[in-house]
Amino acid sequence: MAQQSEFNFEQCIKCTVCTVYCPVAAVNPLFAGPKQAGPDGERLRLKHPGFYDESLKWCLNCKRCEVACPSNVRIGDIIQAARIKHSKKRPGLREFMLANTDLVGSLASPFAPMVNFAVGLKPTKMVMDKMVGIDHRRTFPKYAFGTFECWMKRQRRKQAKFARQVSFFHGCYVNYNNPQLGKDFVKVMNALGVGVQMLKGEKCCGVPLISNGLIDKARRQGEHNTALIRESVVEKRLPVVATSSTCTFTLRDEYPHLLDIDNSDVRDGVEMATRYIYRLIESGVVQLRFKKDARRLRVAYHTACHVEKLGWSYYSLALLRMIPSVELVELDSQCCGIAGTYGFKRENYPTSQSIGESLFAKIEASGCDVVSTDCETCKWQIEMSTTKKAIHPISILAEALE
Amino acid sequence: MTKQFDVIIIGGGATGAGVARDCSLRGLKALLLERGDIATGATGRNHGLLHSGARYAVTDRESAEECIKENMILRRIARHCVEPTDGLFISLPEDGLEFQAKFIEACLAAGIRAEAIDPKEALRMEPSANPAMIGAVRVPDGAVDPFRLTTANLIDAKAHGAQVKTYHEVLDFVREQDRIVGVTALDRRTGQKQEYRAQIVVNAGGIWGHDIARKAGVTINMLPAKGSLLIFGHRVNNIVLNRCRKPADADILVPGDTISLIGTTSSKVPFDEVDNMYVTADEVDLLLREGTKLAPSLAHTRILRAYAGVRPLVASDDDPSGRSVSRGIVVLDHAVRDGVEGFITITGGKLMTYRLMAEWTTDLICKKLGIDKKCVTADVALPGSREQEQALSKKLYSVPVAQRESAINRHGELAERVNTTSAAKRSLVCECEEVSVGEVEYALNELDVHNLVDLRRRTRVGMGTCQGELCACRAAGLMSEAGKYCTREAKQDLANFLNERWKGMAPVAWGDTLRESQFTTWLYDGVCGLKNQKNTI
Repeated sequence: MAQQSEFNFEQCIKCTVCTVYCPVAAVNPLFAGPKQAGPDGERLRLKHPGFYDESLKWCLNCKRCEVACPSNVRIGDIIQAARIKHSKKRPGLREFMLANTDLVGSLASPFAPMVNFAVGLKPTKMVMDKMVGIDHRRTFPKYAFGTFECWMKRQRRKQAKFARQVSFFHGCYVNYNNPQLGKDFVKVMNALGVGVQMLKGEKCCGVPLISNGLIDKARRQGEHNTALIRESVVEKRLPVVATSSTCTFTLRDEYPHLLDIDNSDVRDGVEMATRYIYRLIESGVVQLRFKKDARRLRVAYHTACHVEKLGWSYYSLALLRMIPSVELVELDSQCCGIAGTYGFKRENYPTSQSIGESLFAKIEASGCDVVSTDCETCKWQIEMSTTKKAIHPISILAEALE
Repeated sequence: MTKQFDVIIIGGGATGAGVARDCSLRGLKALLLERGDIATGATGRNHGLLHSGARYAVTDRESAEECIKENMILRRIARHCVEPTDGLFISLPEDGLEFQAKFIEACLAAGIRAEAIDPKEALRMEPSANPAMIGAVRVPDGAVDPFRLTTANLIDAKAHGAQVKTYHEVLDFVREQDRIVGVTALDRRTGQKQEYRAQIVVNAGGIWGHDIARKAGVTINMLPAKGSLLIFGHRVNNIVLNRCRKPADADILVPGDTISLIGTTSSKVPFDEVDNMYVTADEVDLLLREGTKLAPSLAHTRILRAYAGVRPLVASDDDPSGRSVSRGIVVLDHAVRDGVEGFITITGGKLMTYRLMAEWTTDLICKKLGIDKKCVTADVALPGSREQEQALSKKLYSVPVAQRESAINRHGELAERVNTTSAAKRSLVCECEEVSVGEVEYALNELDVHNLVDLRRRTRVGMGTCQGELCACRAAGLMSEAGKYCTREAKQDLANFLNERWKGMAPVAWGDTLRESQFTTWLYDGVCGLKNQKNTI
């Protein structure tokens, strides 16, 4: 076979199925679609950088184009890389606020009740909209009082007792917004006879930094995290497991593709929690025991874009199916529209909500009690835009355990 | 009924177009007759290299001097056809460095700026160049788009009263005693014959000038030398790459618009083959083998197509390859040479010197007609090159970036004539090359387009990676809407266009190029039902 071109876009045969699958192109005529913005545009940009079009900012990096592509073109990566290379828009205050989830989280967490109250107020929202450009219609995720890391430090001795161990990449969301999910994860793992360790000083995976144009910082954090992962996977021989699908995807694929970080030696050692658990159970080593008298729960599972890209929704679905009290509804795999910090920006809000519209309708029509998804930002979008709560599969699992 | 002109020019290549323009600018009433479309011969089938002359500096000083002068003129008058990329002459270990010193000396003697630069610096300037190089010389090479150049000359000629008739084949000459006084031409689209009269008839037929001269009863010994080239799917290099050695096969890699071109081979071909050139497997192998020495990444870059042209060299010795024949300009006054009045042949030369060839020809015409007008073509900018690109960009601000820049690249200030007022006009016909509905309509209305292949030469429709997969049927639809042809003709034209595209892909049909052509076949044959046509892909 011929050597593969370094210009991956050449494999495109213009079938245009990517544009058909693009959630943005379907609702926003200002975005020319992944084929034009990706392989076609790349060819023109190679001719002259002046062909770069700022409309590439509309791409929400869901990577559904890459899933659809029969020619294995890394369309989403081409678009993101072009933005990194060519965009003249410099990150402002808004981008700084949205991108530094780590910093903002550590500032907000000690004052969580006050912060949550304040950002929920209408005047605050109007000010943020007008001054910063964060849409006033968006509901903010709540901060937790006390971080997950803090709680985890007190668990160290208990966790060390287990024969089998994993490293947990908790991510900013678990740490600052939802430590309960992390606690649920530890509960499930312990029930499986697995102890949970933290990586020593993990930093934000960097996905909000990448999408907000703070690439240098993203690269520094990526290198830092990759070194931690390497220590765990290579030296300690412990897999790195994350509850956040986007963190998992970023650690595995965005690092090498967008930040030029070589993680080929450890990439396979990073996976989603549901996959790790499913495979452990399937291997027959351990079993889960569920409550006998649990109330029936109708759960609609939403496949987040990066779960789709990883190809791992199967594991979350299979885990949920194992729970006797859960009645599972599998929603069509589609983008909810929020795409991390994308949907928070004022100019993106209409696009974001239009993309999610049909999903919201399907959720309402499904008759479910709760929605389940592996992605925290999908959760925010669904909870804001529907009447349902969205709960991570691990939390549902933890709740159902005896 | 006959029509009277001052000059009839036979041949719609760059030279013929240049003569038509020069004559019109000097107030002569000119008629240009072309048996096919413009720029279909050697004009449209070469490297598109804006020679600095460096390539000829050592072997042919005269050509080198002509090149550098015309190079500087074209940068001024044909800005929208030219990309001033500069060129590197790289020395590989197998070439040695002996040639380099001689080369630089010869360049400087011919007035060509040539500076030796550090190989590391050269690699920084052009990362695709072979890192094994041991020397590099920077020269003012560039790229020139022959279709745009020819079109711009004809637009200006027409603006000054010239008539241009494509698909008009000269059948015979009209004589009065020993004088040529006109031609009989066949309109190949309608089948009608028409007589045109003029005081002077100019044979600018390139390699076909051999046969045209014979019809006038004079003999010119021409030497058809075939040159094959490969087109790569995108820009591999942004600076022209040459080998610093005596000119040989496949030693120039030129970035042209969205693609890069490697060429050429050189081999003598018989006259009966010049109308249908095929690129052989051996030529493809040779081009790739030598090309990867210039830029190693060519080995795994997608090849779009292969094509070949015929150099219209005038035989002056028995060199079978045609490589050492002078590229010098040959103007033949057949009154002096053969005793035939009113007939001039302009041949030899090359794309680079088309303007000078036209100047010399028109000088001779004026002398014969007793007209005392100076040539101004070196100073007056061509239509399309009369406004700064940045200013145009601002004027057309509402058009999407890629579409706007592409249209300005192709048409210069004439891009303003493209209708961009509605979303429908701004929608794309050709997605690879960003050709809009408005641009296609502009070409159909104003640029003598009669079929899809003509349209491709004016707009790059179908020149991108998909080679007509998405654009051909859209363009055929617009042609039908514009009343260019009926449905049956549209189907035939579509088949012709796709077959013409396939002809270029066939010699390089492997990998992604083959996959794409299969997909195209499936679309047109399977989905659109374009069947039962002769030779459908």
